[in-house]
Amino acid sequence: METREPVIVVEHLFKSFGDNAVLKDFSLTVQANENVVVLGKSGSGKSVLIKCIIGLLKPESGRILVFGQDVPELAEEELDQVRMKIGFLFQGNALYDSMTVRENLEFPLRRHCIDYTQKKVDQLVMEALENVGLPHTVDMMPAELSGGMLKRVALARTMILQPEIILYDEPTTGLDPVTAREIDRLIVQLQHKFHTASIIITHDMHCVKNTADRVALLLDGRVYTEGTYQELENSGDKNVKQFFE
Amino acid sequence: MALRNDIASFLEQTGLIGRFTGRFFSSGLKPRYEFRELLAQCYIIGYQSLPLVGLTGFIMGLVLTMQLRPSLVDYGVQSQLPVMVGIAIVREIGPVITALIFAGKIASSIGAELGSMKVTEQIDAMTVSGTNPFKYLVATRVLASTLMLPVLTVLGDAMSLYGAYIGVNIRSVTSFRLFFDQVFASLNFGDVLPAVIKTFFFGFAVGVIGCYKGYFSSKGTRGVGHSANSAVVLSSVVIFIIDLLAVQFTDLLGLN
Repeated sequence: METREPVIVVEHLFKSFGDNAVLKDFSLTVQANENVVVLGKSGSGKSVLIKCIIGLLKPESGRILVFGQDVPELAEEELDQVRMKIGFLFQGNALYDSMTVRENLEFPLRRHCIDYTQKKVDQLVMEALENVGLPHTVDMMPAELSGGMLKRVALARTMILQPEIILYDEPTTGLDPVTAREIDRLIVQLQHKFHTASIIITHDMHCVKNTADRVALLLDGRVYTEGTYQELENSGDKNVKQFFE
Repeated sequence: MALRNDIASFLEQTGLIGRFTGRFFSSGLKPRYEFRELLAQCYIIGYQSLPLVGLTGFIMGLVLTMQLRPSLVDYGVQSQLPVMVGIAIVREIGPVITALIFAGKIASSIGAELGSMKVTEQIDAMTVSGTNPFKYLVATRVLASTLMLPVLTVLGDAMSLYGAYIGVNIRSVTSFRLFFDQVFASLNFGDVLPAVIKTFFFGFAVGVIGCYKGYFSSKGTRGVGHSANSAVVLSSVVIFIIDLLAVQFTDLLGLN
């Protein structure tokens, strides 16, 4: 079996909100160029997990190593350097609604690639939009786009700095089945093209089947079991089977 | 019990806004500076408020003159109308009314904009893209608000005085030059400078409160509405409190 370098290592993670403990001794490793789907019920702490990984939430205890750096222990400037290597696709897309599509995509470039010429920026913006099949939307406002187009533009923005890791928060939620499958295909295409590692948070079983190299089932705040889609589909465990029925 | 809770809530809010203000000075003013966004905000907050401030200032000067005139006629001192109106506008009414209009327009707009960005995770998106949203969104808006209100107040005062000139000429005839000679002859350093200085504080308060309310907005779209509304209410109250303190301070300095 091929061994790859781990890019994300989560060890014994605890995170609670008041009395509600969401993650309890959660551990997970993601290898380079691997798509790991974290599957779980709504409210089980899946989104909390990736927000801890990107440093939006601070866990009570445990380690989150991203490229060997312990995210909760990093200073803000160091964390920003790590974040440059991570793309985050928000469930609600989180496009800046006062900016055009072009400005949305330019925003991360203007922050991190300040020596780029306007020509280079334009080229990268168009390439990113072509990757998601929407070059014609470049001068449109987010409010003019459909749900599927918004998701694609958000994905283009996520990819524009060519991150090595992408965290997807419910990428197909709220989309019609046809568009959802297009997003699945895009996730896999981007993985193959840019060799990214990804954590995909979802409870959409079609998305799991189409995108996962490995599936981790989050139950009661920890990884209950993990394996390939087929392994979990064939599992006799009732906690696992309920997701496949 | 309800009163106790209200007082506790008020003190908690005051503490949190104080901490937010401290954060503005401790980290918001450090590099990297967001000049481009600051300029954009100066345009939105300052330039785009100009028609509103100008129009309300003009009407205020006109109405004030028309209301004052009968009383001065009763005492036979209607010739002092430009002096009275000039001092009232420059020292107090101009700065406070402009600040209140500014609060209504800007605090609500900042509160709603940042609140909406918060609930749609746009602020989180900024964070994960390696941009400090406090510097990019808050520091720029607070600075723009602090810098633009004094400019708007001066322009608003000018429009008020022009309104007053029209008001004077409705019932009598006074030349433009005579009117403004009388106004400026009656004003001195102690009238103009404290009035302008306090508008920096008004602008700062409007910016901080608008940003604070928006930045910590929660509970979805209802929360956004609440943020916008409470930003205006709190800014307006704080403007009067600052005005009260400014009057006491200038009184102590013998400038009144």
